[in-house]
Amino acid sequence: MTTQHNDSLLRFMTCGSVDDGKSTLIGRLLYDTKTILADTLNNIARTSQKRGMEAVDLSLLTDGLQAEREQGITIDVAYRYFSTGTRKYIIADAPGHEQYTRNMVTAASTANLAIILIDARKGVLTQTRRHSYLAHLVGIPHIVVAVNKMDLVNYDQATYEKIKADYITFASEIGLAQARDIKFIPMSALNGDMLVDRLDNMNWYQGETLLELLEAAPAAHSDQAEKFRFPVQFVCRPHDSANPELHDFRGFMGRVESGSIAVGDSVTVLPNGYQSKVKAIQLGNEQLQSAQTEQSITLLLEDEIDTSRGDMIVKTSEAPEAVKQIEAHVCWLSETPLSPARTYIVRHTTRESKAKIGSIQYKVDVNTLEQQATSDLKMNDIARVSFKLAQPLMVDSYDKNRATGAFIVIDESSNNTVGAGMIV
Amino acid sequence: MSTKQPLSHLDWLEAEAIHILREVAGQCANPVLLFSGGKDSLCILRLAEKAFRPGRFPFPLMHIDTGHNYQEVINFRDQRAAELGERLIVRSVEDSMKRGTVVLKTPDEPRNKHQSVTLLEAIEEFGFDCCIGGARRDEEKARAKERIMSFRDEFGQWDPKNQRPELWNLYNARVHKGENIRAFPISNWTEMDVWQYIEREKLELPSIYFAHQRDIVMRNGAIFPVNVPLTSGEVINQPKAGEEVINMQVRFRTVGDVTCTAPVLSDADDVSKIVVETATTTITERGATRLDDQTSEASMEQRKKEGYF
Repeated sequence: MTTQHNDSLLRFMTCGSVDDGKSTLIGRLLYDTKTILADTLNNIARTSQKRGMEAVDLSLLTDGLQAEREQGITIDVAYRYFSTGTRKYIIADAPGHEQYTRNMVTAASTANLAIILIDARKGVLTQTRRHSYLAHLVGIPHIVVAVNKMDLVNYDQATYEKIKADYITFASEIGLAQARDIKFIPMSALNGDMLVDRLDNMNWYQGETLLELLEAAPAAHSDQAEKFRFPVQFVCRPHDSANPELHDFRGFMGRVESGSIAVGDSVTVLPNGYQSKVKAIQLGNEQLQSAQTEQSITLLLEDEIDTSRGDMIVKTSEAPEAVKQIEAHVCWLSETPLSPARTYIVRHTTRESKAKIGSIQYKVDVNTLEQQATSDLKMNDIARVSFKLAQPLMVDSYDKNRATGAFIVIDESSNNTVGAGMIV
Repeated sequence: MSTKQPLSHLDWLEAEAIHILREVAGQCANPVLLFSGGKDSLCILRLAEKAFRPGRFPFPLMHIDTGHNYQEVINFRDQRAAELGERLIVRSVEDSMKRGTVVLKTPDEPRNKHQSVTLLEAIEEFGFDCCIGGARRDEEKARAKERIMSFRDEFGQWDPKNQRPELWNLYNARVHKGENIRAFPISNWTEMDVWQYIEREKLELPSIYFAHQRDIVMRNGAIFPVNVPLTSGEVINQPKAGEEVINMQVRFRTVGDVTCTAPVLSDADDVSKIVVETATTTITERGATRLDDQTSEASMEQRKKEGYF
């Protein structure tokens, strides 16, 4: 680890089951980037010994909660961190089994890169297809296919090339190859080949190591110019202040979900359609001339406009549509199945609306990718669903804009988050 | 713009934390910010300033005081709250002991875990529906799977199997009466990020974070501070018979209950030296300093289930 300030931050996820060496891969990344400190290493060395293993088992670094160990399962997405001095990384480590589709979708929702692990002895499996489909569905722009356990196939180039060709065929079938940036890498997480160090076992591979790929991957979710979307989170009106200068202060606080904004830009506040211009942009005490995607700022407008949480400020020339009906791919997250008769709450950006199910067109078998007719949705199902909304939402398609194309479904009686939606 | 300049990692973490604080303010009716005077909660105060100024914070600050805190930290806590002009609520584990709701097994038992009881009593007293805390996912493995908005039932219990899925940045802080949310704006920060942020923002800290001379003994393989004066005037952590008291240069990596927080040997007397020390240390923050987490492999998980933040 170095003390240098990292230039950027990358969030990525790992897809694979325990057998693919996913935990070993994460353990190796943390270990080789010197994120693991001596006391943690001593702990896992002790545990390895207790469990009768000869070498230190790096996969124990991601060993979970007591509750999970007792049941021998992984319940949940775990987040891990490491840093190279040029970049900080957040890993979302999701269990890969079919019944954890919801966890994969959860991990994918904040990731900009997915590492899909393939066991070199087994090649492209059903679960590889499932992981790839979900990464595609949730719109992860960069895919790294890691052909792992190369040590167990004698670091054989032909085996690697065959798996790569198989994957490309499959990825083309589902539109993944056309839509996303896919990279391939042969590796042995156990030995450390091609993760942080190249080592000498695969000199036939001239491409980047995993860490080189991670360091070079774009941090931004999209390299396209996106439209300015600013959902209002909170309105600051400090009128009780003793400072008379603040009596007319009206700041619209939120995060730039996409695009950029500058002082003087013409804006429209939706859904009401009021128009104004940006008078000032503030971040704490700083006055900014412009702000970009992911910055949390306060916007001041030239006109006094009645605006509250749930409204959206956009550039006047690129306003989205306010709609009361949406079509979406939905992943059902709850043990309680979707009930088409019930009313749910849809939370989209900072806005909520009551919602009724219009229809369920089909659900997708995540293993065969076949569409099937259905009348209900159970946990881990993925389906195309239409909703009727009580309040208008300002939406873009998920393909075009991850922030204004996504929503969650909340069960009003339990307050649980029961579904995740991506607007078509 | 086709070439986007990504935010630096500190700017990104700051923007995320501000967004989370504003979601709490937007979604919760009666939130509170847990503030101990420690480095993580001092970062959160700065984030709250950036999130809500020139307005007041849309929540009071609250400290659950074990009665066994370093007086430097308590004084700093009060000073900082006064500078900000924000309301500070203090609720004390000792009051819970007087009420009989906290019963210590032995008089010198560490009181950290008993903060849960006092916290739950305060939540009930004020009707808080959300407590903002400074926990980080890198601290401990029971935290690695923690949500940014973590649901607690009416007994304050954390059930790892019954947490709400958390997707994109769409947080769900809805609760029924009696239940509450623990919100963690710096979940994605590491100890290093915290120190780098303190350095960048030039945040002031209680003096015990910096290298200073202190009487210690070696107890169970750890550095144990002795003869510590409290704000009450009482002096605790008496050395035991046979223990040799040594005066050494130490600092605290984490501040907490006097009876269970160990300092580390250090000559880092300013923030930039601490950043270097943090980068080169071989021991985790909790491993080095939290004597109470080492009782069992799962002790943090256990305490969280009982309502600990």
